[in-house]
Amino acid sequence: MSGADKEDIRSSLFEECEELLEATQDGLNAMADDPEDAEAINIVFRAVHSIKGGAGAFGLEAVVDFAHKFESALDTLRSGQADLTDDVIDLLRHCGDNLADLVDNARNGDNASIASSKQLEERLLEITGDLEQDDLPEFNPITISLDADPLSDVGPSRYTIEIEAKPALFSGGNEPAALFMALRRLGDVEVRASLDAVRPLSDLDVRACAITWQITLTTAGSEADIKEVFEFVEDCCELTIALEDTDDPAEQIAKVGSDLSALGDRDVPAIPSLSDLVQDVDEEKAKKEEKPSAGAAMPKAQAARTDASSKAKSSSTIRVDLDRIDKLINLVGELVIKEAMLSQSIDELDVARGSSVSASLDSLKQIASEIQEAVMAIRAQPVKPMFQRMARIVREAASATGKRVRFVTIGDYTEVDKTVIERLVDPLTHMIRNAVDHGLERPEDRKAAGKPQEGTITLSAAHRSGRVVIEVVVAGGGINRDFVRNLAMERGLISEADTLAPNEIDNLLFMPGFSSKAEVSELSGRGVGLDVVRSAIQKLGGRVAIHSDPGEGATFSISLPLTLAVLEGMVVDVGGETMVVPISSVQETLSPTRNDLDTLGVDSVVLRNRGELVPVIDLGAYFGFRTAPSTLEDHVLLLIASDQGPRYALVVDAIQDQRQVVIKSLETNYQQISGVAAATILGDGRIALIIDADTIMRDLGSSGPGDKQMKMAG
Amino acid sequence: MSLKILAIDDSRTMRNLLRATLCPAGFDVDIAEDGEDGLKRFDETDPDIVITDINMPRLDGFGFIEAARQRKRNRVVPILVLSTESGDDMKARARASGASGWIVKPFDEEKLLWAIERVAQKG
Repeated sequence: MSGADKEDIRSSLFEECEELLEATQDGLNAMADDPEDAEAINIVFRAVHSIKGGAGAFGLEAVVDFAHKFESALDTLRSGQADLTDDVIDLLRHCGDNLADLVDNARNGDNASIASSKQLEERLLEITGDLEQDDLPEFNPITISLDADPLSDVGPSRYTIEIEAKPALFSGGNEPAALFMALRRLGDVEVRASLDAVRPLSDLDVRACAITWQITLTTAGSEADIKEVFEFVEDCCELTIALEDTDDPAEQIAKVGSDLSALGDRDVPAIPSLSDLVQDVDEEKAKKEEKPSAGAAMPKAQAARTDASSKAKSSSTIRVDLDRIDKLINLVGELVIKEAMLSQSIDELDVARGSSVSASLDSLKQIASEIQEAVMAIRAQPVKPMFQRMARIVREAASATGKRVRFVTIGDYTEVDKTVIERLVDPLTHMIRNAVDHGLERPEDRKAAGKPQEGTITLSAAHRSGRVVIEVVVAGGGINRDFVRNLAMERGLISEADTLAPNEIDNLLFMPGFSSKAEVSELSGRGVGLDVVRSAIQKLGGRVAIHSDPGEGATFSISLPLTLAVLEGMVVDVGGETMVVPISSVQETLSPTRNDLDTLGVDSVVLRNRGELVPVIDLGAYFGFRTAPSTLEDHVLLLIASDQGPRYALVVDAIQDQRQVVIKSLETNYQQISGVAAATILGDGRIALIIDADTIMRDLGSSGPGDKQMKMAG
Repeated sequence: MSLKILAIDDSRTMRNLLRATLCPAGFDVDIAEDGEDGLKRFDETDPDIVITDINMPRLDGFGFIEAARQRKRNRVVPILVLSTESGDDMKARARASGASGWIVKPFDEEKLLWAIERVAQKG
């Protein structure tokens, strides 16, 4: 095996370990749900066992040691020699976490044991007790090396080996010839077969091997080396090994040949066919017995069935460097842009509808969008591993705060872009910690409130209208609005005179500066507030919203785009510029009549819509393309819905189109601009900015007139 | 012609290791993921040697051997079991199930080839 091979397998080991650790968690969850579930514990056992095996091959001793003890405990539990109590499940979960840590360390080249292993091992020992020795013999890892040499350097000596095979040797698939060939590793081999006991064909008992062999071996090896050759067959043959003395027993032996290869050419049944004979006998026996179908025919029928079904399942995978996929995604993005450009050029040529050019173009469009979807699907991954990490966060947070938490996940197999998942880990971790620390009441308080002592936190993921929605539902006390309001006043975020709707108070949690190191407990502290969570999510093109029912609990929902590469957008004209508004934020478009609009103050306008007054913002004026137009009748209004606050209406000159646009990051190519999420390249090659609907609303919310409008609408 | 080996293991790492060790050694390697899969491959490819793990989902190694031994074949195919245990207990069990030999995990290249050598004649 080459070094590159080994490195490759090593990295695949860690990938597999992740999957196995995931299976471990799943299995432990299933065990917690139903302690009687035998398959669940088998799954965990197998996963831990496989981790041990793989780690052993690469000499990851800390992993092997711990996995071995973990496995022993599982084996004891599996055999029913110890009870599966809640405490035990809890211990097993900790062991699973610890194993994950060890694997992580090993991946980073750190093979040392960690302190937590020792403690857990001691607790595991309480389960296994002294059974350890009986159940699983000590596991001695042998790492991959090529220096093994079965021969030691002792002077050569001659051995006489006699072997007499029992039928079991052949029915077990062993082959004397192979053993003799293997013996040649030790030195010079001379084999003689004794045919004395072979009966005439008429009364030959084909099940018994009448041939015995005598081997003369000249070797530097020891008797133990010879025994090792015959290790597999030691209990199904009569074997004598002796240092050769001078008496030559050859007289008693018919000389068949000194070379084994000659054996095959003789009339005497060649050695390989002996096993064939045994098999045939077995079949004949089966036929003679009164149930012929059970013995011989069944396997055949089964074989035919399995043959038919085997074609169906061949889901193999290959490992691909992420960079390559990203390059592919970029290229597909370019393809989509070029396709749009081509489409526009052909339009300008004024080709007749239904001509072959436009038909081909249509199918090109179709294929381009299918390629795009297929490529995106490559990057999509289930959120499950991330959810499992959160399960661990919950456990750790719960034990740090002394709270009892039942953690439920829904929609584990919802697929989301890999990068989105990766970048979501930190904000979600923070939210989960917060949920345990601040969201749930202490067990005694819960009891006093007549609730079960265990509080439930539900983490769910689902696809909803082209986005993925991740929700953290905390069935706790809900947000204490008086407390939040007072705290916000203390921190100078709001003034006493401010009247805030309940929803607005809840949203104070996301204000920068709301939480501070001093106030937040040790656990969720780290000086990071929910404002950081929100900005991290916004960077992913996502939104986070909060909904709370006092006494019942709170729900944090994060809505994210499925991919970071394309976006369904509405292409609009504003003051001579072309811009893109993400379609996900547009609730409605309308051409306003004079009756729909009211003027408020000097230059503020509000729109009457569905019984609400909605602030009107001119997109051109916001970006400084123009001053706000005095009359809006010949303009178009886009009603923007946002998770974070009230709706508002954006004034644009005209809507051009609604289409998928390829997102080109402005931050990597230029810098971040408030109100702009990213840019795209249009069909005519021009660049259009993609607006960030949430930021626009927030920017206006903090300025004078916008603030007033906002509150009116809220 | 090179010998055809069917390697059955539910661990991808192990499968990769087996393949990476056996291919350069001149064997024709076929891979299966568990006992059920192994039986399918066994029927399809008619291997010269089988190497199988014990602990596997769906159908474990012993189950595989038992089923494989009932297959109609004009020869008894050598089957080696991969085991993390090395006690006499395991050997007796392997024997009883109809295995030809065993390889104690973790194996190195030498150990693996040596076990194969003792049950099958090359080429």
